Amino acid sequence: MAINYQERIPNNVDLGSNRTLQRALEHWQPEFLNWWQDMGPTDFQARDVYLRTATSVDAKGWATYGHVRMPEYRWGIFLADRNPDRKVGFGDEFGKDVWQQVPGEHRSTLRRLIVTQGDTEPASVEQQRLLGHTAPSLYDLRNLFQVNVEEGRHLWAMVYLLHAYFGRDGREEAEELLQRHSGDSDKPRILGTFNEPISDWLSFFMFTYFTDRDGKYQLKSLAESSFDPLARTCQFMLTEEAHHMFVGDTGIARVVRRTIEVMKEIGSDDPEAVRRAGAVDLPTLQKYINFWFSSALDLFGADQSSNAASYFANGLKGRPDETSYEDHIARDQTYDLEVPDGQGGVRLDQIPLRNAMNEVSRASYVKDCEIGVVRWNRLLQKAGYDHRLVLPSPRFRRTIGSWANVPTDTTGKPISAAEFVARQGEWLPTDQDRGFIASLMKGVYEPGKMAGWIAPPDRGINAQPVDYEYVRGN
Amino acid sequence: MITFDTAPARYRHWRLQVDGRIATLTLDVDEDAGLKPGYKLKLNSYDLGVDIELHDAIQRIRFEHPQVATVVLTSGKDRMFCAGANIYMLGTSSHAWKVNFCKFTNETRNGMEDSSRHDGLKFVAALNGTTAGGGYEVALACDEILLVDDRSTVVSLPEVPLLGVLPGTGGLTRVVDKRKVRRDLADLFCTSQDGVRADRAKEWGLIDGSAAPANFPALVAGRASALAEASIRPADAKGIALNPLNRTIDEAGYHYTHVDVAFDRAGRAATLTVRGPAEGGPETAEAIHAAGDGWWPLAMARELDDAILMLRTNENDLGLLVIKTEGSVQAVLKAGAVMEALKEDWLVRETIGFLRRTFARLDVSSRSLYAVIDQGSCFAGLLFELALAADRSYMLALPDGEENAPEIALDAFNFGLLPMVNGTSRLATRFIGTPDKVDILRSRNGAFFTAEDAVREGLVTVAPDDIDWEDEIRLALEERASLSPDALTGLEASLRFPGAETVETKVFGRLSAWQNWVFYRPNSTGERGALKLFGSGSKPQFNWERV
Repeated sequence: MAINYQERIPNNVDLGSNRTLQRALEHWQPEFLNWWQDMGPTDFQARDVYLRTATSVDAKGWATYGHVRMPEYRWGIFLADRNPDRKVGFGDEFGKDVWQQVPGEHRSTLRRLIVTQGDTEPASVEQQRLLGHTAPSLYDLRNLFQVNVEEGRHLWAMVYLLHAYFGRDGREEAEELLQRHSGDSDKPRILGTFNEPISDWLSFFMFTYFTDRDGKYQLKSLAESSFDPLARTCQFMLTEEAHHMFVGDTGIARVVRRTIEVMKEIGSDDPEAVRRAGAVDLPTLQKYINFWFSSALDLFGADQSSNAASYFANGLKGRPDETSYEDHIARDQTYDLEVPDGQGGVRLDQIPLRNAMNEVSRASYVKDCEIGVVRWNRLLQKAGYDHRLVLPSPRFRRTIGSWANVPTDTTGKPISAAEFVARQGEWLPTDQDRGFIASLMKGVYEPGKMAGWIAPPDRGINAQPVDYEYVRGN
Repeated sequence: MITFDTAPARYRHWRLQVDGRIATLTLDVDEDAGLKPGYKLKLNSYDLGVDIELHDAIQRIRFEHPQVATVVLTSGKDRMFCAGANIYMLGTSSHAWKVNFCKFTNETRNGMEDSSRHDGLKFVAALNGTTAGGGYEVALACDEILLVDDRSTVVSLPEVPLLGVLPGTGGLTRVVDKRKVRRDLADLFCTSQDGVRADRAKEWGLIDGSAAPANFPALVAGRASALAEASIRPADAKGIALNPLNRTIDEAGYHYTHVDVAFDRAGRAATLTVRGPAEGGPETAEAIHAAGDGWWPLAMARELDDAILMLRTNENDLGLLVIKTEGSVQAVLKAGAVMEALKEDWLVRETIGFLRRTFARLDVSSRSLYAVIDQGSCFAGLLFELALAADRSYMLALPDGEENAPEIALDAFNFGLLPMVNGTSRLATRFIGTPDKVDILRSRNGAFFTAEDAVREGLVTVAPDDIDWEDEIRLALEERASLSPDALTGLEASLRFPGAETVETKVFGRLSAWQNWVFYRPNSTGERGALKLFGSGSKPQFNWERV
């Protein structure tokens, strides 16, 4: 269905024919806008930003580009087209018709899944609200805001589901999504990680590469859901999410490229010399990777999970790319899980596959994360450097699951707590490292100019040149 | 074998911190320290081991820290108060284990309310994170419930929607009976997996107050102090130490200083003997405090309490308890008179409270109880409560003039100092149809009753003479031991509490009827039952027939 822009809330769900729902969402809209003004990007609300806006859910040409002030962005409700023949794709109800309404027995579980997903969307906007002041270029500033408005739209997507399908409880939960705030100790966001501010751009690129990629895998799992409106919502969100990961992937690549340039210029790969020359040294980059990768892994949940098992059994949340698996029932299968043996070693435990679904998703995620690392290393290789970036072992620095609070080195070898404390400065950003990164963060707002620690992108947005004025009114 | 011995230095799950009038009990469960193998105590969930520590901690606050007037229960975990009883533990436990676990946790919670009602020890539940199931039930046993309001934290009783069982420690009864939550709102609450946040919880009466995380500690401290101000617990008293029990366990039974349990495995019975005090016990508060946990009423209560728990947990097949006493009737009456005279002293008051709770434990034992009153026994005053708690009592009748004929006697302990969980004395409960009888007996306070007297007054069930005595007793025991243990448990529970209900009698009644029924039905514990399948990733298959 085409998107109707004549209405206050753009949508492709025929909102106009459901007056009560429309009224409810129109009531929520000003609260959202207040939230955006209070908690969204500071000081840039009056600027014209070159943003893409969704105009259809077609694979080709789903967005249009133009300068727009963020508060006037057309946040709307877009679901992928409905497939009338879609069947439940996994679990105990495999092969039956998917649900167009929430089954009563799954009401609270589905609501919790949607609220948890929905809570992360505005959280990331809040976490990133100060970054505009230190953007390394107008191109990056624009990308930040693109990510922010789309996270806002993802909130709309979840709120639509809550309003349309969950009755009064759903409406209350939608209000709460605007009441909790990232880092607010009195009303924190649900997931711990989303309460940490993202205060520098290296962290932003890491967040969009690693944390948004967790988001991708959560969305992929929910896109398999038997609750069809949720699946269709998430399918379209994935289209937008791809750009967020692109920002992270190319952002880190540009940091690597700039570091290579600097190392060539000064004829040294000594980290101190690289720092003095104003670029990010490779060991520090590696520490940021270690930190963000390990924190993103925790977002998948415990490696043996009764919730994951019941979500799968009930057809609520599948595996990412469920169709790529042969057996969609997964009832009598097992999964070999690496767990600490309690004596400094590793043991394989056979656990029921359904209980291991978080681990299955996590394993796919780790593979996906490798792709960018290979790309970044290719830059180093081409430039003739032996240094390689790596993902740490998934056992490293975990706070959830079997490896929670089991100290290991970055290769996953269990070590003593004392050794971990002594060596964590080698593996994770120290205050000094963070201080150095912070010292690089200076806003650059001249079209086409880049901060000294990052290389320009290969190309601009929507075939515009790199020096295009992506954000006007500076 | 399970024992109930522990001490703060050995706690794995709780931290006890005493600061003047306030004690803080912090639940921080060590997930790898479950009492039995096969489950992890995640999310501050608990098993019997966790509750044994809670019971011990409260007991130590009563006796070792008499200056404490308010106990604050809170959690050491981040954004999680307590997820309730551990589901995997329940799923893998035998029926008997589940029932005994629930019974003990119930008694600990009832004991908190008992101490608040009688002895001025107040409880504040400081719910600083998500609180579900048994976690909310322990809060329900507190005088006040405070919940952090961070827009995420909820209280819930999710047993029905999540597990297909009932809240097992009085949650349903306390929500409507104690907190007077409207029953339709209670219906919403108890069928919601997710529970309710602070604002609605307050509106519905599920909690007493809430505050944002930054203000929560001040709210808790303020309410704890306010409750402490009204407490009769002494601000300047010095506690006594509760030392480890003097107990040996062997094939023959459990042996303590004042209590002995002799197993009769062939007869599926055990003889529980309580010895009376020696002559010349302490008569002043100073002497009692100096005796500390060696003072007979307290030492005997600790041993009796432990014996009941040990039998209940470890000896399921010994279905009949034969209760005997040994000692001097005069000495028991003397000890009772001293306690009655000094009952405003905190240690005496706490000891009476302990006796009250211990006899209450006996009242809800799922064992047949026979009191056997023979030569050398001392069923007088507080020890006569043992006979009154029994399902039947047998008293040896000897011809007039015979020496050492057993006698019984009543004192203040029988007329209200030790109420049952139904709020009235065992004597008044016994004579529910003839309340005048209690007044007549009160006028004979301190008098001695022979077997003939006792039968006439209705104080004992049967009084065989010395010719029939041995056969009567043997036949009575063998006959009882041959009956269906399930039917007996139901029968005894039904007959022991005539008259009006209280929250506690309802909690036990509901537990032994509805919860045990649900536990036994395939919809919870069958191969495809909800409790059995929880966490396995398979959906329960219910038999939809309503029974």
